[in-house]
Amino acid sequence: MKFAVIVFPGSNCDKDLYFAVKDSIHAEVEMIDYRETSLDGFDAVLIPGGFSYGDYLRSGAIAAHAPIIKTIKKMAILGKPILGICNGFQILTEIGLLPGALMRNRQNKFICETVDLRVENSQTIFTSEYDYDEIINIPVAHGEGNYYCDIATLKQINDNNQIVFRYASDINGSVDNIAGIINKEGNVLGMMPHPERALEEIIGSDDGLKMFQSILKSHMNRVNL
Amino acid sequence: MTEPTAEMIQETKLYRSWGLSDQEFQTIANDILDRLPNYTETGLFSVMWSEHCSYKNSKNVLRKFSNKSERVLAGPGEDAGIIDIGDNQAIVFKAESHNHPSAVEPYQGAATGVGGIIRDIFSMGATPIALLNSLKFGDLDDAHTKYLAEEIVSGIGGYGNCIGIPTVGGEIAFQARYKKNPIVNAMCVGLIDHDDVKYGKATGKDNLIVYVGAKTGRDGIHGATFASDEFTDSNNTQRSAVQVGDPFMEKLLMDACIELVHEHSDWIMGIQDMGAAGLVSSTAEMASKAGSGLILELDNVPQRETEMTPYEIMLSESQERMVLCIKPKYRQEIIDFFTDKMLDAVVIGKVTMDGKYKIYQQGKVVCDIPISGLVDDAPEYKHVGIKPDRITDSKEQFKPEIESLEDTWLKILGQPTISSKEYFYKTYDSQIKANTVVKPGSDASVVRVRDTKKAIAMTNDGNSRMVYVDPFIGGQMAVVEAASNLVASGAIPIGITDCLNYGNPEKPEIFWEFEKSVSGMAMASRRLNIPVVSGNVSLYNEFNEIAIYPSPMIGMTGLIEDIDNVVTQGFKDSGDLIYLIGETRNEFNGSEIQQLQMHDVKGSLNKINMDQVESRFNLILKIITNKLINSCHDLSEGGLSVALSEAAFENKLGFQCEVNMPTEYLFSETPARFVVSVSKDNQKEFEDLIGNNGAKIGFVTDDNRMNIKTIDTEATIELDEAISIWKGAISCLMKKN
Repeated sequence: MKFAVIVFPGSNCDKDLYFAVKDSIHAEVEMIDYRETSLDGFDAVLIPGGFSYGDYLRSGAIAAHAPIIKTIKKMAILGKPILGICNGFQILTEIGLLPGALMRNRQNKFICETVDLRVENSQTIFTSEYDYDEIINIPVAHGEGNYYCDIATLKQINDNNQIVFRYASDINGSVDNIAGIINKEGNVLGMMPHPERALEEIIGSDDGLKMFQSILKSHMNRVNL
Repeated sequence: MTEPTAEMIQETKLYRSWGLSDQEFQTIANDILDRLPNYTETGLFSVMWSEHCSYKNSKNVLRKFSNKSERVLAGPGEDAGIIDIGDNQAIVFKAESHNHPSAVEPYQGAATGVGGIIRDIFSMGATPIALLNSLKFGDLDDAHTKYLAEEIVSGIGGYGNCIGIPTVGGEIAFQARYKKNPIVNAMCVGLIDHDDVKYGKATGKDNLIVYVGAKTGRDGIHGATFASDEFTDSNNTQRSAVQVGDPFMEKLLMDACIELVHEHSDWIMGIQDMGAAGLVSSTAEMASKAGSGLILELDNVPQRETEMTPYEIMLSESQERMVLCIKPKYRQEIIDFFTDKMLDAVVIGKVTMDGKYKIYQQGKVVCDIPISGLVDDAPEYKHVGIKPDRITDSKEQFKPEIESLEDTWLKILGQPTISSKEYFYKTYDSQIKANTVVKPGSDASVVRVRDTKKAIAMTNDGNSRMVYVDPFIGGQMAVVEAASNLVASGAIPIGITDCLNYGNPEKPEIFWEFEKSVSGMAMASRRLNIPVVSGNVSLYNEFNEIAIYPSPMIGMTGLIEDIDNVVTQGFKDSGDLIYLIGETRNEFNGSEIQQLQMHDVKGSLNKINMDQVESRFNLILKIITNKLINSCHDLSEGGLSVALSEAAFENKLGFQCEVNMPTEYLFSETPARFVVSVSKDNQKEFEDLIGNNGAKIGFVTDDNRMNIKTIDTEATIELDEAISIWKGAISCLMKKN
């Protein structure tokens, strides 16, 4: 399986994701420049955290106009797994692959800590290795992670089982404690917490491992069909 | 505006307002130039000869430090010191103060302090792996102090979080003397392979000088001079001397420079960041190190504003700029390389062999002075110190009064300097890069070196109360305390960087504090074989003539050879035995409890037995490498009562202890002591090893209580109550109107 890690100017979790794929599931992975227009040969797309374009204007707003975006949208239509973490989640909402928006944390401060997340949907290609309702320990690090969507959208994503992770307790003011959502088709996941920082006990938690294992396993199942 | 002529400068003594003395001006005119300097030249001399750039008041004292050990690859004089960690790898680290800018424009002042120290690291070719900071504020009882604390912390986070380097640790203390003059020291640690080290040199005739990064604006002009002056009520709003930071730009610049050094090392001769005194300091120092000369064409310098004068261009401290010295044949390659990274790179000059610093604007020579005059001939002042009246030789110790141990214990845990700093450090991304093994809030922070078994431990320390009551021993204590932090995590201390924050050195009492405390630090670091490889001096930290406490900050790094040996401070298992290593003495001068009960600190400190300290460090490292202990915490402010509490808080485990000492000794601050916990299985082997260097004082419990018995009383505190006081103290003060 071959992963693309998209690198925008200002991305800063790109290398962490690269190592995550390489070291945890030993899959192929390449860093892809935001000016590229082809992702031929790649099976999955990872959009890393960071401050693309310095978060100027609005987080993710300028990255949404980079050349690679069109290609990412095509990959989404093709049903390839696309995972946006932190700034990656913000970009996915900016380009309309996921509903809602990420606003400034209600406390108006950046927050970095390892938090409890509840797995709300373990039937996705990103979470199949987790148990439903499992509590996992994953770090967050964001200033704009306060997820918002209107009531109609909230009902819709609830009804469609699109809420994949919730914070076990309110950390930033997100609607319904939402930490991660998936698109209706089930191949685009955006989340604020950083599973790539939770792959080894020595750095505090390895609860993120199952996410990368899920993606790999789902891929293998598809290939072997 | 037309600039004053050389004669007018001499006549009106304009140079005085830029920090040059009459004597210094005469030296420049008579001995160095043999003519009067023009406006631009006067400006260049005034910044290059400021304390901030020339260390003219402190050089003589700084020579006391030893910068040698078998591990040192480069010491002071470079952007940062370099220390070998084996396997062809090294760490590069330095700390820098940004006190003055942070006092007037706290967010940007602190942010650009972080940006500046990061540039010092990647300009050597190293990849930054961690940031730390040491902050000292006034008491959290007035709105302005809270504003400074809030903004400074968010400036530090704003820069570090965006550029993507974890802020893993540091220290924060509070004391009234820092009210209008906060201390903001930032440290950066980088990792490098030996062969990748680059130095800031402009060598080789006709090699080109290339400017990379942000455009030059009018911000930060005379920042270095400003940093070498005191604050008063009427002189505290020099906001124009503060720079504005752009971490996004620096991220581009950092990644590009590191890639350039790794992939195209042969293109470049030298690389240097533009920090204090901007273009003049960086280029002149590059030429000075190489013994060369330079020609600069100011018309080529990218400018953000129109009609900038040579003076403004040369002195601007606009951020996120670098200078390279390159081989001419790679000119186009280098420009293309940076253009691809969205960065401007422009040739602004070339290397000559005549030792001259020649600057042109619109075809006219605007500066023609010898490099050596600018860099090497800065005056050096030997001040004479006078012992301040408060310093006493009396051996008398403060006697704490403890009516209720419970009350005093809880009160100490709620003191801002003791209590949890989570309110602040939670806003720093401490985990990015996924290498942080021990996070903020511990004795030392630990970052692993990916693809090896190694880890680097680091800490920032400096208890200025101790330095205030007794500069020499307080200075020794700062080194011992930092080393204790590293040793407690299982690391061998390998190097020091410092920030020396003091008042006006022209005052004999201040100079005495400076000299004595540096002597103390130098003595301790030599004795423990921990070289001082880089550092920074910040003087003139005064407001309305009242100086801050003498506040040296020790930034220390340590090496952990095997990451499996990392030890943390929290108790791990109920039933584990608790030992106190090191003797507790009647020592309360300069302590937290003295501050709490007297609202002041005074008295002298007892001599430190450095032989004993050294052997104790070796003992702790041995019991750690023999895997005999489950936790280790060093004792510092607040003494045993606080150390036991903090060990209990981490994993919410209680303890039951009995000590053979008077109650007040629970708050003694005798240095180089440790609390360790040991599983019963290891008891015998552990006790054989420590001999009479420590004593069993109790065991870890899981009943949510902290219980302690002394020879004259007994106290029990609910763990939850203690945690809520300790954790909530700062956020409570910050939110109170």
